[in-house]
Amino acid sequence: MSISQRSSDALPNGPGAAAILAAGIGSAALGVFALTNDAFPAINRFFTFYTPTGGLSGVTTTAIVVWVIAWFVLARRWSGQTVAMAKVNLAAFVLLGVGVLLTFPPVMDLIQGR
Amino acid sequence: MEISFRDLMTVLHGMGFGALFMLAFSGALAEFYRMSAPGTPVQPSAREQNLLKLYLSAMVILAWAAVLSGAYIVYPWYRAVPPTGTTDLTEYPKFLLTSSPHTSSWHSLGMEWKEHVAWLAPIAMTMVAYVFAKYGPAITKHRQMRIAVLSFAVAAFVATGVAGGFGAFLNKYAPVRGGSTITIISSEQEGGE
Repeated sequence: MSISQRSSDALPNGPGAAAILAAGIGSAALGVFALTNDAFPAINRFFTFYTPTGGLSGVTTTAIVVWVIAWFVLARRWSGQTVAMAKVNLAAFVLLGVGVLLTFPPVMDLIQGR
Repeated sequence: MEISFRDLMTVLHGMGFGALFMLAFSGALAEFYRMSAPGTPVQPSAREQNLLKLYLSAMVILAWAAVLSGAYIVYPWYRAVPPTGTTDLTEYPKFLLTSSPHTSSWHSLGMEWKEHVAWLAPIAMTMVAYVFAKYGPAITKHRQMRIAVLSFAVAAFVATGVAGGFGAFLNKYAPVRGGSTITIISSEQEGGE
């Protein structure tokens, strides 16, 4: 067994859990920002970081920022730790589901009562 | 043989980045499963592991290239607002689609879903590539983590499928056209047989 294999075998699940939960948080942030961008003209104007792309530019850029910050914070917090992975998975899957649902236009319209 | 600049960029976005990313999925999922499945009889060599890391990294680059080229190159052409009084909307795909009740849902459902859901793919694939790079085959010892990674990879595949599928249909009904013309092959018999 190589040294790199030995070291990865001994790795706690914290760094992986941080990446997984952060991906869920980024997905949910994308959905929430997409919905608010669609529902409120003022937020749409705020999210228009690049005029030719419109609100999509701010929605996606801000979601990426939230994802990266969440990953950074969780990775620092869980570095070298073993966390309850089943709970992390559940949270990540729920957040991913929120992201998928809130980017689906019929659900967006339903929430907005259209 | 000619192609417009906008057509070329749309092909690069959809086929060059998006379709190649989708094609890479089956290989990545099969290889990831093979390497990380519990009870794998043979441990993958360091070379095989490095190859999968490289493969996943290439997929991450393709995923980001697809969404960034879509949002910042193709999408502005798609949503361009026609000048007042324009009757020919062929160079304004969004307005061409929304001008008819028979095609407006391609925008309100297709494009509005595609433009957002596609971004789930690079987020998910970046995580998948990172976790594999960090843990390698040792992920077999973390069953829950392996489940999460495979699930997010499948979610990325579905999101890309939605975006790619709608992209293909949108380009059928309202292609992004215009820009300078690029001649690929010039015919020697202009207007010939």
